[in-house]
Amino acid sequence: MKENLKNKILNIIGDNCKHTPAEIATMLAADESLVIAAIDELEEDKIILGYKAMINWEKIVSDNVVALIELKVTPQRGEGFDKIADRIYKYPQVDTVYLMSGGFDLTVIIKGKTMKEVAMFVAEKLAPMEAVISTATHFVLKKYKEQGVIFVGEEVDDRQVITL
Amino acid sequence: MNDIEKLLSDKVKSTKPSGIRKFFDIVAEMKDAISLGVGEPDFVTPWAIREAGIYSLERGNTHYTSNWGLSDLRSEIANYLERRFNLKYNPKNEIMVTVGGSEAIDDCIRALVNDGDEVLIPEPSFVCYTPCTLLAGGIPIPIVTKAEDAFKLTPEALKAAITPKTKLLVLPYPNNPTGAVMTKEDLEKIAAVIRDTNIIVLSDEIYSELTYGAPHVSIASLPGMFERTVVVNGFSKAYAMTGWRLGYAAGHPTLINAMIKIHQFAIMSAPTTSQYAAIEALKSCDEDIERMKNEYNYRRRVMVDGFRKMGLECFEPLGAFYVFPSIKSTGMTSAEFCEKLLYSKKVAVIPGDAFGTSGEGFIRASYCYSIKNIDLALKRIAEFLKELK
Repeated sequence: MKENLKNKILNIIGDNCKHTPAEIATMLAADESLVIAAIDELEEDKIILGYKAMINWEKIVSDNVVALIELKVTPQRGEGFDKIADRIYKYPQVDTVYLMSGGFDLTVIIKGKTMKEVAMFVAEKLAPMEAVISTATHFVLKKYKEQGVIFVGEEVDDRQVITL
Repeated sequence: MNDIEKLLSDKVKSTKPSGIRKFFDIVAEMKDAISLGVGEPDFVTPWAIREAGIYSLERGNTHYTSNWGLSDLRSEIANYLERRFNLKYNPKNEIMVTVGGSEAIDDCIRALVNDGDEVLIPEPSFVCYTPCTLLAGGIPIPIVTKAEDAFKLTPEALKAAITPKTKLLVLPYPNNPTGAVMTKEDLEKIAAVIRDTNIIVLSDEIYSELTYGAPHVSIASLPGMFERTVVVNGFSKAYAMTGWRLGYAAGHPTLINAMIKIHQFAIMSAPTTSQYAAIEALKSCDEDIERMKNEYNYRRRVMVDGFRKMGLECFEPLGAFYVFPSIKSTGMTSAEFCEKLLYSKKVAVIPGDAFGTSGEGFIRASYCYSIKNIDLALKRIAEFLKELK
């Protein structure tokens, strides 16, 4: 029951974290105090890790670069890929790190102000790491959709007057 | 040719324009009005369905289909009706594809009604049953449903309305505008009355996927009701496909054959692109229905809660996507309430009497809007009520 409530809450705030506990309680026909307690627990258990806004930075600043870097690395004895991943994700410039199946090992997403800044970070910080065998840097040219949110175009309510 | 009006048929001349339409004409002129008036999903049709429609066009599927509709689509409809509602129809001669549920309703009424036949219509309800009956030469007999009965059709009210001339009972559940549903137990009581008669049931189940308590039950699935029921359903509400204009009717082959006679001369066949898209909808979009229904349910609760907090009596709707609060405590008629609300707070809701005289004293608010929009509208309605006091 409690887990079910938590799942439902996560679905709602995963979509829009601006809903207040009172609103969520109404939406789920649940008691507000239970919703508050469930959210507290989800935060304590590090299931909810934060509440960030989806921002289309391209509309605000012009110097905004995102790059996806494919890394081939040598896994470390006893540590696998975790140790090298740890060394990479500790850099604040690194936004995302994934361990991948397939033709390369790690996906690293880096956000920076200029292409040069990102390229220098790869050249100076990532590439020289001992475990790193190769890097391939791909710059993002245009964001169409991210985390389920469409970045291009606007949805308009075009429903017309009709008898029903 | 001075007075073309005189040339119009008497039946058309006596048909009243929809009350909703009149009201919306005012709304249309008001640019910054917030509307809770629209009775169609705000969701866009799921992409997989749109993509299937586009693909059918790319392949050049641009011709008429059989009058009955694509055979693959009818098979999928048969599968769906069995899977969801335990209804077994033969796709070859018991299912026809129509231009929306509305066409199926019109076909059914016209196929059955002779001059002077009576059609029982529980009210408040969708606006088309009465004019369709009148245009077919029938006599619409409204059966008033009440808030204290949760706007259900009761066997007592039904019995009282039946005469030797009764031909058809319209069963519009889940209901627009009240949001009422009929449970299996409720339907069994209705079936017990109908079974001893020669009355056919036109069961308009267009909102069958949108129930928020127990799953929808079709009266056709009850013993002895299969052959005397025409089930009308469609894609508009469940799959957010209103503009595709696609529905269907399922029933006894003799009834469907009769309806096909009207359909083949008036319509020929439902839109081909829509039919191909609908196959995809039935095959792969159960999850999309669930996602949209979930969202409607959140909004439903927010809206019911909002109206109740304002002090308006609000029956809990368990189906469709409307809330039907009573505004009797304000002392105003529905039309006065809606007009004043629109002019003073720029919020559009529909006066309940647009759905039959028994809807007087109520308003219909649709929750086919984002929660943000609903919150804003509720806030303005609350202000409006406060200022009245």
